[in-house]
Amino acid sequence: MTLTEDPSTATPDAPAKEVGSARLRKEDARLITGKTTWTDNMVLPGMLYMSVLRSPIAHATISNLDVSAAKDRPNVVAVYTGQDFKDEQGSIPCAWPVTPDMVNPGHPSIAVDSVNHVGEAVAIVVARSRTAAVDAVEAIDVDYEPLPVVLDMEEAVKEGSALVHDHTESNTSYHFVFDAGEAGTGTDTDAAFDAAEVVVSRRFVQQRLIPAFMEPRSVVVGVTGDNYTLWSATQIPHILRVMAALTTGIPEHKLRVIAPDVGGGFGGKLQVNPEEILALLIARRLGKPIKWTETRSESLMTAHHGRDQVQFIDVAADREGNVKGLRVRLLADMGAYLRLITPGVPALGAFMFPGIYKFPAYRFECDGVFTNKVPTDAYRGAGRPEATFAIERIMDELAVELSMDPMELRRKNWINAEEFPFTTVAGLSYDSGDYEQATQAALELLGYDELRAEQARRRESGDPVQLGIGISTFTEMCGLAPSRVLGSLSFGAGGWEQASIRMLPTGKVEVVTGSTPHGQGHETAWSQIVADELGVPFDDVEVLHGDTAVSARGLDTYGSRSLVVGGTAVVKAAEKVVAKARKVAAHLLEASEDDLEFSGGRFSVKGTPGAGLAIQEIALAIFASHDYPEGIEPSIDAEAAFDPTNFSFPHGTHLCAMEVDTDTGFVKIRKYACVDDIGNIVNPIIVEGQMHGGLAQGISQALYEEAIYDADGNLTTGTFVDYLVPSAMDLPHFDTGNTTHAAPDNPLGAKGVGEAGCIASTPAVVNAALDAVRHLGVKDILMPMTPERVWRAIHQGGDGGARAAEGSNAYGGARTTESGIEEAAK
Amino acid sequence: MIPASFAYARPTTVDEALQAIAAGGEDVKILAGGQSLIPVMRLRLAAPETVVDITRVTELRGVREDGDSLVIGAMTTHHDVITDPLIAQYGKLIAEATETVADPAVRHRGTFGGALVHADPAGDLPAVALALDAEFVIAGLGGARRTVPATEFFVDYLTTALADGELLVEVRVPKLGSDWGVRYEKFNRVAQAWSIVAVAAAVRREGSRITEARIGLTNMGSTPIRARAVEAALVGADVSLETVTAAAAQAAEGTEPSSDLNAQADYRQHLARVLTRRAVTAAAGL
Ligand SMILES: Cc1cc2nc3c(=O)[nH]c(=O)nc-3n(C[C@H](O)[C@H](O)[C@H](O)COP(=O)(O)OP(=O)(O)OC[C@H]3O[C@@H](n4cnc5c(N)ncnc54)[C@H](O)[C@@H]3O)c2cc1C
Repeated sequence: MTLTEDPSTATPDAPAKEVGSARLRKEDARLITGKTTWTDNMVLPGMLYMSVLRSPIAHATISNLDVSAAKDRPNVVAVYTGQDFKDEQGSIPCAWPVTPDMVNPGHPSIAVDSVNHVGEAVAIVVARSRTAAVDAVEAIDVDYEPLPVVLDMEEAVKEGSALVHDHTESNTSYHFVFDAGEAGTGTDTDAAFDAAEVVVSRRFVQQRLIPAFMEPRSVVVGVTGDNYTLWSATQIPHILRVMAALTTGIPEHKLRVIAPDVGGGFGGKLQVNPEEILALLIARRLGKPIKWTETRSESLMTAHHGRDQVQFIDVAADREGNVKGLRVRLLADMGAYLRLITPGVPALGAFMFPGIYKFPAYRFECDGVFTNKVPTDAYRGAGRPEATFAIERIMDELAVELSMDPMELRRKNWINAEEFPFTTVAGLSYDSGDYEQATQAALELLGYDELRAEQARRRESGDPVQLGIGISTFTEMCGLAPSRVLGSLSFGAGGWEQASIRMLPTGKVEVVTGSTPHGQGHETAWSQIVADELGVPFDDVEVLHGDTAVSARGLDTYGSRSLVVGGTAVVKAAEKVVAKARKVAAHLLEASEDDLEFSGGRFSVKGTPGAGLAIQEIALAIFASHDYPEGIEPSIDAEAAFDPTNFSFPHGTHLCAMEVDTDTGFVKIRKYACVDDIGNIVNPIIVEGQMHGGLAQGISQALYEEAIYDADGNLTTGTFVDYLVPSAMDLPHFDTGNTTHAAPDNPLGAKGVGEAGCIASTPAVVNAALDAVRHLGVKDILMPMTPERVWRAIHQGGDGGARAAEGSNAYGGARTTESGIEEAAK
Repeated sequence: MIPASFAYARPTTVDEALQAIAAGGEDVKILAGGQSLIPVMRLRLAAPETVVDITRVTELRGVREDGDSLVIGAMTTHHDVITDPLIAQYGKLIAEATETVADPAVRHRGTFGGALVHADPAGDLPAVALALDAEFVIAGLGGARRTVPATEFFVDYLTTALADGELLVEVRVPKLGSDWGVRYEKFNRVAQAWSIVAVAAAVRREGSRITEARIGLTNMGSTPIRARAVEAALVGADVSLETVTAAAAQAAEGTEPSSDLNAQADYRQHLARVLTRRAVTAAAGL
């Protein structure tokens, strides 16, 4: 691990700086020992429990639903069906109508007449204990009239396909286009391709993934008169409050949402869940508190999934390897319904396909497609991993076609350090960075030259274990997001963030953030920032979050936004506190404001040694308010909202060395090195943690994870026996490093790090495996690269997918056409 | 999920256990480490009327010697097997295979007997027991004991020769001395997963010749199976890579492995050949 120098020890005379120091996370003791309130720990007096009967059929009309036997079961209070809520349940909101004519079929929280995916709620038992509720669910009798099941996107978009929703005209929800030529950010794409010397075309598959957060979703609703409190294991208490109020009709001011400590989300808890709405509706109807906690099986089956795209990508270049154009067509699986940002995920990715390269022309098209599967939505990286995979994979393919070194090809086309800020063909303004510098550092960390030599030796001797090196030179857009940009993309909300700082009489500090953590370490990082800004001890800062009654405004945590947007709001609030305190200090010190210096938590009078006041003394003085300037309010507390002017664009070079056992197809990462530029670092340990977790998830997409449905639409990977997530045992040591180019668009100079590892790593891993076996005739291997797929690709040709297609919707070679390389004769 | 409700008994002796089983009604389940039974009950794939918890039957725990045999109590946990000195000396193949089972948490609860009675074709211990010609000591109501050889114990997918009301007491395996070399070669995708295919090999050498070979295959059919053709080809052969490779090429003979998300049958057969070569190569000290 190489870290930037710890600034707290850099200059011995300056006051010690918290920002940049490797503080251990202050929240970890309670999170790790469980000595905290997780939603499922909560017990309210008289609380009832709900259990959900879920459809075992992917597509059917409900012809008969008899709940009478369940009602008679012991301790059952009520049993509800969709009929009971059809007039008040509204639709799970979709906040991102990506096109004006997007078809949203509506998403009932509980099925009324028909079911559209396995796991959809069909009936609910409310009982005095959880076990009584679960037992009674078994007594419900349902008859289903099966309808044709739509699972395969490429089939679903064909004329005459069976429909997921019979009231829609087709299975296509929307057709989203970004054309750089039309947008004025690039030249005409077709012309670029017509004129190109070389065109490489590929079809890549982004398999469906399950976020698999550790803490299952859990909801508790408390009722006090006509006030409701919704505790939920959610990433988005603020957004949930607005959306739940709009959906249920509970007035927003009568609804308080609390996300207590939340055990992971990865985007999977960036949602307004049907069960949250149902718990509110039932609590309102019964006037009683209610709890629902999902089982792991329910979680895998019904919490939204991620990815699931078929990508058709064409790149045009000249023979010297200068890229000339990029064309992307996506089929993006929406699942059966549109949830909060289901349609927006691929649209967000639209802007990242050009990656770090200077494409003069670019066109992106995406069809959002309905299938009888659980909806997709945000999953770590949301749109950007998919885009990064496609561009980093096809750059390798182009290099092969041109017989060029893949790094040389990238170098030839990437944005040079002196070109920042750089406006891309997708219209984004990349903020800062140096791709060459990160690449040099990563090559050194990996030991690139030795590994290339070993690769040659193994190839020469025909070693059964072959070695490959994979590259991913990535960037991503994060720090969501400038509100005006979101508006221009038809997103239903802004991207600002809110913070407030309360100076307590004893000199302690409360920081309220609207960016709700669910494992990221906000409490530590925010404390470090405030400690520096106000000159107070790290331990004197308490960070409050996650309760809409405490943190009134906020837009929560996703899109690697917390530090760069929420942390900036904290800085702005602290600046206001200091400005307000300065007035009080000037008054008490009988000095002019201009003569005061603020440093290390003390206002001192220039040229008058010894005269000064600590900010804590001012907090006490203003609490007493016996003596403060005329014309100001008796408070130095402050609040700030920050709306970013740009995204932040972390970048990095990720290198993976992979051993492929050609006898068995087993792949093993030999070494993984990456150097990321995430701007200034507030806490290197938190950064390291985010990188490791992100790498694990990105590598896992390449090697392990895939949500597979059988031909009837049942999730066959419905437990962790079949849906493989790796443990530390399966992952290599990570050699990580950083270069530092401060982000120009926020005062911290920080870029987001939450998703970088996950976005960058997947193509590096796949490229590495292909590099190991390309000389054996392998051109592609489907993800996840199971040993069987790798083995078949080596020994039987194709991408190894054929077998997986049998009897399931797993992406298989049967439907993978051998994508040809066209060469325009010139 | 939550299991359906059931009656619960927690005997402390084998006799009490047998009585509790007899008195438990139509559908009785014996609870050993619970690592297979509890998940099945939570998913409500099993909903027994009575659960007889034998974790307090101390006489079923532990490893002892009896002449040329090792006797392993049914309730000996995987962890205790791995750390047992007798196993370390005479039962290395068992230890090697047990070390690949799941993770430390599961190994501290799961038991040797439970893993064998559960008879999952992907489980690691049945093939080892079969390769070693283990004998299963079974107690029935009234305390009557019978002994079943491994070749008859594993009847079908998740099915053994145990009759209703019977309890597995202990398992006897021959001690393997220092003239034996062993290897358990397991193939799976992540460290904590079940075997896609695995091979248990024990080979006895005299000088440069193989005099005995025992090969058990995991997950190559609905029960564990012996790779008899490989064994026959190895016995009497000179220890060399060529002979081992040639013998291992017969590893999939007569197997009918299943096809699932991890592997199609033909790939499993291929793996059986590769893993057998690797296991025997290592066991023979090549
Ligand atoms: C996450 C996980 C991963 C696993 N991975 C592996 C693996 O890689 N390889 C592997 O081999 N195993 C694996 N296992 C299974 C593990 O080995 C279990 O311990 C074993 O299968 C069952 O043993 P148990 O003691 O827990 O039995 P239980 O679950 O208590 O019982 C299993 C069955 O055997 C019956 N039974 C138990 N003891 C007796 C007895 N003395 N007499 C009669 N009937 C009895 C029970 O009634 C039940 O039907 C895994 C388990 C888990 C949870």
